[in-house]
Amino acid sequence: MSATRAALPPREQLDDRGGRPVDRRRGSTLLRHLAVVLAAGLLLVAVSYSVEPFRNFQLATVAAYLCATAGLTVLTGLNGQLSLGHGALMATGAYTVALCQTAFADRGMTGGWLLPLSLGAAIVCTVAVGAVVGVAAARLRGPYLAGVTLAVAVVVPALAVTFDGVFNGEQGLSVPVEPPPLSLGPYFPYERWQLWVTGAATLLALLLLANLIRSRYGRTFRAVRDDEVAARLAGIHVARTQVLAFVVSAATAGLGGALLAVLAQSVSPGAFSLTLSLFLLMAVVIGGLGRLTGALWGAVLLVALPDLTHSVTEMLTLSPAVAQRLEGNLPLAIFGLTLIVVMIAAPGGVQGLLSRLGRALLARRPTRRS
Amino acid sequence: MDRFVFLTVDGLSRGAVYAAFALALVLIWRAARVVNFAQGAMAVAAAYVAYTVSTATGSYWLGFVVAIVAGLLLGALVDRVVMRHVDHASPLNPVIVALGLVLLIQAVLGMVYGSEFRPAEAPFSRSALTVGGVAVLSPYDLFVFATIGVVVSGLAWMFARTPVGLRMRAAAFAPEVSRLLGVNVGGMLTLGWALASGVGALAAMLVLPTELGLHPHAMDLVFVSAFTAAVVGGLDSPPGAVVGGLVVGLLLSYVSGYAGSDLTPLAVLVLLLAVLLVRPGGLFAPVAARRV
Repeated sequence: MSATRAALPPREQLDDRGGRPVDRRRGSTLLRHLAVVLAAGLLLVAVSYSVEPFRNFQLATVAAYLCATAGLTVLTGLNGQLSLGHGALMATGAYTVALCQTAFADRGMTGGWLLPLSLGAAIVCTVAVGAVVGVAAARLRGPYLAGVTLAVAVVVPALAVTFDGVFNGEQGLSVPVEPPPLSLGPYFPYERWQLWVTGAATLLALLLLANLIRSRYGRTFRAVRDDEVAARLAGIHVARTQVLAFVVSAATAGLGGALLAVLAQSVSPGAFSLTLSLFLLMAVVIGGLGRLTGALWGAVLLVALPDLTHSVTEMLTLSPAVAQRLEGNLPLAIFGLTLIVVMIAAPGGVQGLLSRLGRALLARRPTRRS
Repeated sequence: MDRFVFLTVDGLSRGAVYAAFALALVLIWRAARVVNFAQGAMAVAAAYVAYTVSTATGSYWLGFVVAIVAGLLLGALVDRVVMRHVDHASPLNPVIVALGLVLLIQAVLGMVYGSEFRPAEAPFSRSALTVGGVAVLSPYDLFVFATIGVVVSGLAWMFARTPVGLRMRAAAFAPEVSRLLGVNVGGMLTLGWALASGVGALAAMLVLPTELGLHPHAMDLVFVSAFTAAVVGGLDSPPGAVVGGLVVGLLLSYVSGYAGSDLTPLAVLVLLLAVLLVRPGGLFAPVAARRV
């Protein structure tokens, strides 16, 4: 457990031990998180007006990935359960939203409340699937759990081909999404609207997750991760806690998948392959396990790195065939290599390095004054 | 009845390959307490090396030997360069690193060879011989059975009867004591990785001609099936891995023959979940108290 334990910032542990005094000094946790979320929302709106549409779309994709990585970091970093099946859970959410939106469009229903309804249905559906996997997962440890969730990740996209009457096989489904409401003006850019929708959903999910982590449940998650026997002796129902963590994580993964489907306006099994699950895991590990800010770094990396390698391959003069091979695979190679190096050299990830840097700076300041 | 016989033989032939692959997983698990999730990708890499050699020289057998040698080397390399340096305190760490290896190896293969399917040739005919009007065995099936039989009995002999095998078992069973008695524990671990990776490469060479062909992701589902086989038998038991492999092969063959080949991945998942929920230690596991 040393890596996950090392990933935990000492600040947080302090807060937990002397939870009450710290809380009294800082005020209500909920209010503090609300303030952060509001500030982030305002910042997002400001940014959405100042950057070009393509960047808006990229930011929206970051938000959708962030949903999934935040859930995964709660599961793996705080509860110690490794899931390689989150790509499959995202697929569940994405297909649910596609089926709902198609059903609404077929019946000629319109209105702003339809999309939240579909997203809600996606979350409910993913929670159901996540509960089934979670009940199995709660009985499994280490490599066994990884193996089962790996099987889920490989099998679920294949189901789309098996039942192609509903899911339309490899081609997948399209997701009809309504244009932005007319009250925003006739020339409102579509990408900005997408960023608003995904940003709002993600911020809401993050707010709930942040509060959960700071609550009694968050503490039981960590207690179960650190020592199951001790947690059981302290009166914590270990299996129930693990299932709960899996369900929460599944819900956010489902929302993330649904948002991705809404952004791409289509779903296909190819988009939710095993590679996506590995990407998510890599993102939370590189960002820093167990921290929501780490999940943010991971999500940014997931969008930025392919973009970066794309511009690099464009700068080099290569034959089209070579360029195509490089473009698809170079990000994968970099991700894989980074994952290995981070695991061996810096288990705390990006956020761990940043916190260490911050602590080092803070530690230096008082000595200067004195 | 004809169909049943055919499916049984086909299932056993697939199962033999799963058994070899599962055996490779069990070898590493026993030696290092790591489930090597990169096994499939490493085996595909070895198969690609064999493909290059075979197309350059025109000789299947040269490629076959090169694949096994490449597998051995890759296993030793992965242990020495990567796995040796991973903090094994949490069981998650080696798994995550192995998954990083999967991404890296598959990406490198994709960059070098592209992601289209390459044909994987079989050294013998795959059309079945008929015995008394019933199609039974193809020469290729016989080749698979013979190869896997030689490998499995060779490994069993090595572990049970040779000084090296004894040292390897000692190093896995009690590293500290073995080190005091002069066993090169690190070397034994590397040897274990090399052997497992070599067996994996061999299994890939045997299974790829029966699938769609060479592809960076060609072994993903085979890996899941082999992992299921290893879990069915119990990760600690080499005979269990062989039996588990045959069971999984038969099951998949019946499911794809009677219910449709699309359902085989689902069947693997159901079997894996069922075994883990009913008997998590595998069918051959001794009854053991949970370590605290």
